[in-house]
Amino acid sequence: MSENSKLGSKAGIAVIVVVVALLSAGIAALLLNIFERKVESKNPYVRLVEVTENDTDPEKWKVNWPKQYDSYKKTSLSTRTRFGGHGGSEALPEQKIERDPWLKRMFKGYAFSIDYRDRRGHAYMLEDQEQTERQTKPQSGSCLHCHASIMPLYAELGNGDEIKGFEETYKYSYKDLNNKLKDMGHSYPVSCVDCHSPETMELRVTRPGFIQGIQALADSDAPTPHLPSVEQWREGSRSEPYDPNLHATRSEMRSYVCGQCHVEYYCGSDMKLTFPWGNGLKVEDLEQFWDETTLSDGSQFYDYTHKETGAKILKAQHPEFELWSQGIHARSGVGCADCHMPYMRDGASKVSDHWVRSPLLNINRACQTCHRFSEEEIKERVDAIQERNFNLLQRAGASLMELLDTINEARAEGATDKQLQEALDYQRKAQWRLDYIAAENSMGFHAPQEAARILGESIDYAWKGTIAATNWNKVARNVKK
Amino acid sequence: MNIKKRIVLLAIAVGAMFGLGGFTFYYGEGLSYLSTDPKACINCHIMQSQYDSWQKASHQTAATCVQCHLPQDFPNKYISKAENGYNHSRAFTLQDFHEPIMITTKNSIILQNNCIICHEDMTHSLVKSHAADPNAVKCVKCHQTVGHGEPVGLGGPIQEHEKGGIY
Repeated sequence: MSENSKLGSKAGIAVIVVVVALLSAGIAALLLNIFERKVESKNPYVRLVEVTENDTDPEKWKVNWPKQYDSYKKTSLSTRTRFGGHGGSEALPEQKIERDPWLKRMFKGYAFSIDYRDRRGHAYMLEDQEQTERQTKPQSGSCLHCHASIMPLYAELGNGDEIKGFEETYKYSYKDLNNKLKDMGHSYPVSCVDCHSPETMELRVTRPGFIQGIQALADSDAPTPHLPSVEQWREGSRSEPYDPNLHATRSEMRSYVCGQCHVEYYCGSDMKLTFPWGNGLKVEDLEQFWDETTLSDGSQFYDYTHKETGAKILKAQHPEFELWSQGIHARSGVGCADCHMPYMRDGASKVSDHWVRSPLLNINRACQTCHRFSEEEIKERVDAIQERNFNLLQRAGASLMELLDTINEARAEGATDKQLQEALDYQRKAQWRLDYIAAENSMGFHAPQEAARILGESIDYAWKGTIAATNWNKVARNVKK
Repeated sequence: MNIKKRIVLLAIAVGAMFGLGGFTFYYGEGLSYLSTDPKACINCHIMQSQYDSWQKASHQTAATCVQCHLPQDFPNKYISKAENGYNHSRAFTLQDFHEPIMITTKNSIILQNNCIICHEDMTHSLVKSHAADPNAVKCVKCHQTVGHGEPVGLGGPIQEHEKGGIY
């Protein structure tokens, strides 16, 4: 054999070795890939550590549920949509009240006029609350119901009875209760244990405010077509109270866990934290509930006295659960988590996205599962809804300012409280509706038509009030209203 | 090295490849893809919700996955099977596809054809001549729920007929 062919044969063998090596590496990689997917689909999670009701630290749960934990941690990232959220710096979000001056004037006399900012993610709920300048006024311990992983503290205060413990907390100041929480080592924002049973990982509600509120709703005759388990319970014997953890469907639980906090409530220091659902979930049902509630001094319920006009005002919190309940998505059985925590795929396993955020930042998973349109199309449709709502909201704000101006003018002309009573009542009604939509975190999207109806009523009441204030001197000085 | 030795070497290499490749094929349930069993379509779990929803939809008793989603004639059935098989396995291995998964234009024409094959008598005058036209009216545009049920995601509300005296 010549030198050349010897070389050639060596090269030939080398080529065979390289080709076979590459092929076998490729096939082995594919084999491992298939193996990995099969394992993923077989074991959704591996329980490496035991977790209990007292494990409020999500770090511990991370060991068993790393995928959920990873996305939960992302709630610390700043996100922004056209009408919501907070983007950019690490600092506190910008002041919402500076952008919409009518908000500041509407809240005069209430701590929200001191500090009212755009929202941030779940990871910041406790920190932002500890830092808000509203804390310069004494705040109630009730606030921690939703801003911390508080159930072990409720259990401790109630000697094991969480509901009893909860009913005591409004008497504490925010600072005292928060210090207790820190001493017990439970100073965490919303945590795994707040929505999941540590034994089965099933969804469950823990917050006493929600449990009492939904029981009151079930006991009422308000229609709840979007909550079939409530209607079903009503048809039964009613010997046991409606228990969301027992009666609700899996689908409903995907909204209930969020409804533990994203709702309208009272959380001051006069009485226990209350969800006003005893007459139903519509804006006027809630208003009626507050109107029929009396404070400990016997007066009709109010959140604050308006500093300019003296009207007894209702402050709306963030009635997402309530507004959603009036919309088409609720009616179709689509819950909060379906859009805000949609299922995502990780290899061959299905995971709920725990990065709770605007569906607009997750359109393919949140919307396209049902709505077969392009992302751009969906975004534009939502934008059209939100822009209309925003414009109507600004109009309602302007109408309310007109009412405040007119009341001030009447006072300057010598009108008495009694002569202005009708105008002040209208201010309460108009402001309640305006604030309801302004504070609700979907810019009308959760129920567009309902939001427009509410703002329409707000504008109507504001102008009725303006007329009443203009005509103050037609009311006798000592008229009994 | 003489020719014989090189052939032996090559044979060992090829044999090892066949062994490894064959085992991978077996482990990956490769043969199941030559069947018409709908279960084969959920081997990789991506189609799990499509499979589940098909079981709840009206066509569950009338048609399986391949009866709607593959051409019925030879050799187009196998060409389409190979093409989709390649696309699906590449996508799942590399994990780089759009979600939620959506039917491609090519596959929606196949689907439309299959609607017509079974429902020809009724639809003859409506759509037959336009079957391949991508702009033509698609049966599933209106009859969206026949294959995979109501698009309410996973779960959905309790329907009237499901209500019973549970409590």
